Amino acid sequence: MPLPVRRFDAVIVGAGGSGLRAALELSNAGLKVAVLSKVFPTRSHTVAAQGGVGAALGNMGEDSWHWHMYDTIKGSDWLGDQDAIEFMCRMAPEVVIELEHFGMPFDRNDDGTVYQRPFGGHSANFGEKPVQRSCCAADRTGHAMLHTLYQRNVLARTQFFVEWMALDLVRAADGTVLGVTALEMETGEVVLFQAKATLFATGGSGRIFASSTNAFINTGDGLGMAARAGIPLEDMEFWQFHPTGVAGAGVLITEGVRGEGGILLNKDGERFMERYAPTMKDLASRDVVSRAMATEIKDGRGAGPNADHILLKLDHLGPEVIDKRLPGIREIALKFANVDCAKDPIPVVPTCHYQMGGIPTNYRGEVVVPAGGNPASVVPGFYAAGECGCASIHGANRLGTNSLTDLLVMGKSAGMSMVDHIRAHGAALPDLPKGAGEASVARLARLDGQKGGEDVAAVRDEIQRTMQAHCGVFRFPDLLRQGVEKIRAAGERVARTQVGDRSKVFNTARIEALELDNLYEAARATMVSAEARKETRGAHDREDFHARDDAQWLKHTLWYRDGDRLEYKAVNLKPLTVESIEPKARVY
Amino acid sequence: MRQCEAVRSRETQRLRWRSRRGLLELDIVLGRFWAGCGEELDESEAGSLARLLAMPDNDLLDLVMGRKPCPDPALLPLLQRLKAA
Repeated sequence: MPLPVRRFDAVIVGAGGSGLRAALELSNAGLKVAVLSKVFPTRSHTVAAQGGVGAALGNMGEDSWHWHMYDTIKGSDWLGDQDAIEFMCRMAPEVVIELEHFGMPFDRNDDGTVYQRPFGGHSANFGEKPVQRSCCAADRTGHAMLHTLYQRNVLARTQFFVEWMALDLVRAADGTVLGVTALEMETGEVVLFQAKATLFATGGSGRIFASSTNAFINTGDGLGMAARAGIPLEDMEFWQFHPTGVAGAGVLITEGVRGEGGILLNKDGERFMERYAPTMKDLASRDVVSRAMATEIKDGRGAGPNADHILLKLDHLGPEVIDKRLPGIREIALKFANVDCAKDPIPVVPTCHYQMGGIPTNYRGEVVVPAGGNPASVVPGFYAAGECGCASIHGANRLGTNSLTDLLVMGKSAGMSMVDHIRAHGAALPDLPKGAGEASVARLARLDGQKGGEDVAAVRDEIQRTMQAHCGVFRFPDLLRQGVEKIRAAGERVARTQVGDRSKVFNTARIEALELDNLYEAARATMVSAEARKETRGAHDREDFHARDDAQWLKHTLWYRDGDRLEYKAVNLKPLTVESIEPKARVY
Repeated sequence: MRQCEAVRSRETQRLRWRSRRGLLELDIVLGRFWAGCGEELDESEAGSLARLLAMPDNDLLDLVMGRKPCPDPALLPLLQRLKAA
């Protein structure tokens, strides 16, 4: 039986910052827009963003988009595409002021202009001195952004489908994207959303790691759908980690703890940072600390019954200092690590935070793949923006505050491209191919009919542990090779998941099984791409090739699901209007 | 009677899904809550949970972490259970 079909000009999957920004562009153009989201829009993971939006407004002193561009390229360790980076940095002030006019409650200066905070990695005059570039709404920037954009979308009559999970991309025989299939959680009904333009704004897949700051919804649904539809994933080996997340939980412990005198110990109680960084010790840079922690764990000096974490000791500071200088830390340690850090150390581990790679796009948000000799051939009707997209702005490492800048700029850019595409293609929707949506129906039938299958949580746990142990913040060749084998083997278990509860109504277990299909593709892409990249660049840090190798590896990875095939494409070092910023050593 | 139970079960399942949040901290606390005794919510507890889950993530986290006082005494019993989870 064919699936019921709903028809729109545009369908957007994901209602975080980029999805909402794109939807607004389309609805304001008078188009019929559907936004699908697993959760209520203002509970998207964008809500977790505190740092601010980077934009060279120059409200605190002289600034320029060109300096922002330099900082972003340097941050990316020269893997970012310079056309996309110039585009983002030039457009950043415009989208921030637009957001202000939408009603975003930015912190302000006495003269009424938007206040801008300093933030690591942002400089004036090409690295000369720090500059204040981050626009915030107290410590709730992401939250305020979601509320502002959601309300604007309600005004613009965007149609929201809340508690719907997209299942699969629908493509024509020539590859044109025609929409998605999606499951309504309340009824279990599967519907085909047909559209002239489809945007994935599904966020990152940070849940692939055992220790992650990401909310549980971040299962890389867009990446899984794209991979199953034959679209490659770009630069998935690049993940930003934070050195100190609570082991087993992922909740961040601020770096201020080490700033105030907290120290890291291995299972023998040794202050090991003295060996790795004799001068800076526990205050060495993030990557040095993370690398040392990973090495201690790999060499069997991790603490705990599984020897899998490090101890962050701060009891020697005394309860008064902890309460005064590190407010909230005791409550966080108590709630998420079950320790009173005024008496006992907090178990911590390097924790995944942000995905630099994703679905390959250009700076217009159009999905691009190699085809007919063109390394960046546009997939008609398909767009991606935000953390699930890879334009590539962040390259091998993201500059702080650029995640929100990316959401706004790429969300708007993708929305503008979609408006152009829809207007150019007239009123009629292209015909759906015979059997459209059958793959999703078959996937659900397999899951519902599975007998003697695998437990979803157990398989997910195995994948997350494998990623953490074999493909974490510091990467060892032997562990990567074993990791590829393990992750391939896990695929057989993913294909045989089973859920006990057969109900169709808000069946969380069934949703989690469908999410696992997506999470797995992101994990596999990460492991295979990381094993293959034999250099250290940005966040991809290898023990055996401990330097950047521009001669061999100044190129983007493209991973295809079919046979774990890898291709590479050149980094675009040519900006839109200014001179190229040539690769040099990345030193701060 | 049976229909009533089915409705209640659907409401419980809905609350369970709505415990998926934008902030990891809340995912963890609510996950522990459901793993404990979440399935056995009575009608008034389910009502309280629904109201708490309708709050913005940051506000709910402030309540759960005890950074802000509970705005409504009627929510206190369930909030205490979340805090203890």
